[in-house]
Amino acid sequence: MKISDLTELALRNLRESLLRNSLTTVGISVGVASLVAMLSLGTGLQQLFSRRLEKSGLFDTIYVSSRREMRMGRAEERTGPNPAESRVLDEPARVEIEHLPNVSEAYPDIRFSTELQFNDKPHLSMVSALPMSAKSNDAFEGMQGSFFSSDSAPEVILQKSFAEELLGKVPPLGAPEPAVAELAKPLLGKELTMNYAQRESTAAPLRPPAGPENAAESDIAAASYSVISREQKLKIVGIADLDPESMRGPTRAKVFLPLKLAVSLHVMQPTDLREIARGANDREVYSSISVRVKNPAEIKGVEDSIKKMGFTTFSILDASQSLQKVFKVLYAFLGIFGSLALAVASIGIVNTLVMAILERRREIGIMKAIGASDGDVKKLFFAEAGAMGVVGGVIGVVLGWAIGQVINFGTNLWLKSQSITPEHFWAVPLWLVLFAILFAFFVSLVSGLYPAGRAAKLDPVQALRYE
Amino acid sequence: MTSATAPVVSAARGIVAIRSENLCRHYRMGETVIRAVDGVSLDVASGEFVALLGSSGSGKSSMLNLIAGLDRPTSGSVIVQDRDLAKLSREELAKYRLHVVGMVFQSFNLIASMTLAENVELPLRFAEVERGRRESLSHEALERVGLRARLHHRPSELSGGEQQRAALARALINRPKLLLADEPTGNLDSHTGTEIMNMLAEFNRELGMTVVMVTHERALAERYAQRMIFLADGKLVDDRPNVPAAAGGQA
Repeated sequence: MKISDLTELALRNLRESLLRNSLTTVGISVGVASLVAMLSLGTGLQQLFSRRLEKSGLFDTIYVSSRREMRMGRAEERTGPNPAESRVLDEPARVEIEHLPNVSEAYPDIRFSTELQFNDKPHLSMVSALPMSAKSNDAFEGMQGSFFSSDSAPEVILQKSFAEELLGKVPPLGAPEPAVAELAKPLLGKELTMNYAQRESTAAPLRPPAGPENAAESDIAAASYSVISREQKLKIVGIADLDPESMRGPTRAKVFLPLKLAVSLHVMQPTDLREIARGANDREVYSSISVRVKNPAEIKGVEDSIKKMGFTTFSILDASQSLQKVFKVLYAFLGIFGSLALAVASIGIVNTLVMAILERRREIGIMKAIGASDGDVKKLFFAEAGAMGVVGGVIGVVLGWAIGQVINFGTNLWLKSQSITPEHFWAVPLWLVLFAILFAFFVSLVSGLYPAGRAAKLDPVQALRYE
Repeated sequence: MTSATAPVVSAARGIVAIRSENLCRHYRMGETVIRAVDGVSLDVASGEFVALLGSSGSGKSSMLNLIAGLDRPTSGSVIVQDRDLAKLSREELAKYRLHVVGMVFQSFNLIASMTLAENVELPLRFAEVERGRRESLSHEALERVGLRARLHHRPSELSGGEQQRAALARALINRPKLLLADEPTGNLDSHTGTEIMNMLAEFNRELGMTVVMVTHERALAERYAQRMIFLADGKLVDDRPNVPAAAGGQA
């Protein structure tokens, strides 16, 4: 029999016992709805996380460190050539990385812990340097004041919590935080003095120091450079509300300098000491370099090229990849739970069709007597199961989507009452719609397997005798 | 055709349409074996109108089911239009029922949820005939049995006679060589029964169809059949030619 005839006859037969078949179809709809609801929650959450990661502005950044810095203890660091003999992350290496295809910039990560004086009171903080491109970083969106006027201006941006510290306004735990604008007023335009240790090559003396005073000058005997204590006056230009380095954990900086200024200061960095211990020469070595990629999609290729150069890399892509794994597991779980209702519904299909065979025994006998083959009868029952599956699937997708909307709306209402920005964490992509309907169709066909086989095997003589 | 003048009395005088040789159909019911058909050998010539007679339980319906390909013999053979039915696969048997045989039953066996037109065109669906051709053929067939006006009625809206006429139209739709009727007038009053029987005779005469009719009414057989075969306890007990009294198309 042709597909069109099968469909027509199947739909006609389904209409004949409308109530029973409708109830079975409702069962499938509920099953599909629960599956769609579960999976769209998974998809929505995944999209939400990806969006958050992308907004962080770090999505297109690769952190490069020398294999000599075995800080993460990752597998790739434990294999390969001896870290001590691998390449040093210095200026030539940075330039080489910057010239890789798809790289927009590569700048050294300068970060050091030092003392900052404000109103003659010392405060200890982690300081890091930012390139001018960081201006577009999402973290500086709610910033009070302005970004650095130039790449080498003696200016500084403070993170809100450090501003609180400077003003002695650290709120007790649980108390509401003061507004940034409030903190910015007494601080913007004020001067901050940074005390730091400068490394100076003894072989090639540098230009006059930036700071006015040369308080102490110590010489480390084994090293080929000296460390000089210096001061730098900095003007506070901005107070950042959000934390630009929230990804960094405990080593995150709360004070930010323009990159060129930071480079010119030649601040002593922790890695320098390690290089000294290894008896290296006086070359300046970066502890790590941030590489910005033109397009986040290119991140994998760039990362691979840098790895080939003999460095260790880390990117949010790594993080998002492990996140993908987590979501795959979550998906599987949600999918299994969602499918349970559909499994129950599929038993309903078997039940309905077995009933239909009993009711239509004579009809099957007639069809066989006038020339229907076993295959025709089987296909007819398959078509009925499939039709219930497709109809149930379509209704289920709509139902699941509606449930999602309602829950999304309700949750956002609650989030708003907690003054949290509403989020869209429910997504029903097209593939899910198609998948759900196809899955329902497939499950229905499997459920129809037994009834259809049974109907096809009916002996026509006995079936015709049946009243 | 001038069938009235020269009834075919022996298969030897025509082309054989049905040949059974030592045909047996035994059922097992618990411990006992029921010999529904027990060693029947006969030939039916092409174009013959044969009546299978016998009391209930004589095996005449079982015999008809074997010829129709609805059942398979336990032993022996039944050959219809050069096909050895015992050797056909289930699939081939279905094709045989579809294209070679038309069947009419005592209880009409129309599908209640379908209109007359749909019932009549159902075999054409199994034969994968195009919709347009299906419609014209089914309308033509219903026209032939005088039900053109009832195309879109359901069987339950019709009288018994009308239902049996629709069943006849359905049996004819694939232009079968063989028309098998199982007590076709059993559920009808004598007037409508006559109407149906006249149609059977007409198809036999005008379309050249071989007709095998099962009945327990000897009078009916004598009026219409050209040959009467008597069965008792699954065995052939008598086989005699008959000059149909109603021959000539009189109602």
